[in-house]
Amino acid sequence: MTDLSLHAATEDRPAPDEASLRDFWQLLKPRLMSLSVFTALVGMLVAPGGVHPFIGATSILWIAVGAGASGALNMWFDADIDRVMKRTRNRPIPSGRVAPSSALALGLFLAIVSVVMLDLTANWVAAAWLAFTIFFYVVIYSMWLKRTTSWNTVIGGLAGAFPPMIGWAAVTGNTPIEAWLMVGLIFMWTPPHFWALALFVKTDYHAARIPMLTVTHGRAETRRQAWFWSLGLAVISLLASLSSIGGPMTLVVAFVLNGVFLKRAWDMRHRTDPDCEADGHAVERGLFKWSLVYLFAHFAVFVAEAALGPYGGW
Amino acid sequence: MHQDHELHTRRKGRNFGILGVLFAFVVLIFGLTVVKIQTGTYAEAFDHVVRPELVPSEASE
Repeated sequence: MTDLSLHAATEDRPAPDEASLRDFWQLLKPRLMSLSVFTALVGMLVAPGGVHPFIGATSILWIAVGAGASGALNMWFDADIDRVMKRTRNRPIPSGRVAPSSALALGLFLAIVSVVMLDLTANWVAAAWLAFTIFFYVVIYSMWLKRTTSWNTVIGGLAGAFPPMIGWAAVTGNTPIEAWLMVGLIFMWTPPHFWALALFVKTDYHAARIPMLTVTHGRAETRRQAWFWSLGLAVISLLASLSSIGGPMTLVVAFVLNGVFLKRAWDMRHRTDPDCEADGHAVERGLFKWSLVYLFAHFAVFVAEAALGPYGGW
Repeated sequence: MHQDHELHTRRKGRNFGILGVLFAFVVLIFGLTVVKIQTGTYAEAFDHVVRPELVPSEASE
């Protein structure tokens, strides 16, 4: 490398200490936060009893901050991987806009603030589950599983599944079976959702040495696994629909959602790579898009059932 | 005409952002305090003196 190229590389980017507010916002993974906010809000709305709206809104805020802290800590630890992959190369740390130490400090600070404030706002049960979720996402998923096993998507998905239970716990102070069913729903939904994405998006996980299922076991096995997890998802969905957070309306919606999901997962299972190339991964894209509709609609119908009061539920 | 360097504009944006976050935090704590006091149960600790409200009433026995 010549001296000239060194200058060119450094002058384009601001010094790490001069990051803008937008860079720090990106560190918090806003899209991950929005999913946490939505599912935690549903958990809070369907939980029996209720809280003062201000307490509820503030609790959701701390759950979002906790999710943001996880995102910042994840980006801090994964900076070496992000630097290699094209999709993540422009993130605040690998692009040099934010210093790794700043991301670490922000992540730790927000993690502590979110847990302490959720304890003060709601209760210690919700705060403890939030702390565990952050720990699980950062240590168990990011630091350990992501780089060592193809189960990373499956077990890592558990971290993203906890928010509805935290929302529930913020209201009631406990975590009964209904809260766990909502966790189970997101947990079972995560693998087919991400594997459908992995099958049609050209990523360079191989270059980053991340043992994604498509890399370690091949695309055919990924399709097969996605089908089995979709079956498990339908079972959990049925159980949730028959529980106290469900009702006739939820059951009908769940039948439609799972019917389409299973059909698309089944179609995806029986495809080959030439099929995918021929139609531009239409089926894989279809399953991925439906998975987004699925999660939103399923959680929305829980809320609708609860909103119907005596006319809803079993 | 004076024009701020891009670096200073970015710094200014960041400083105002932090100011906004801190202000929001203060408002939040104030709001929480008000709501907690309004909705909280009667907060009275045991101070080694038996008060009438700490003694179970005859009706409840």
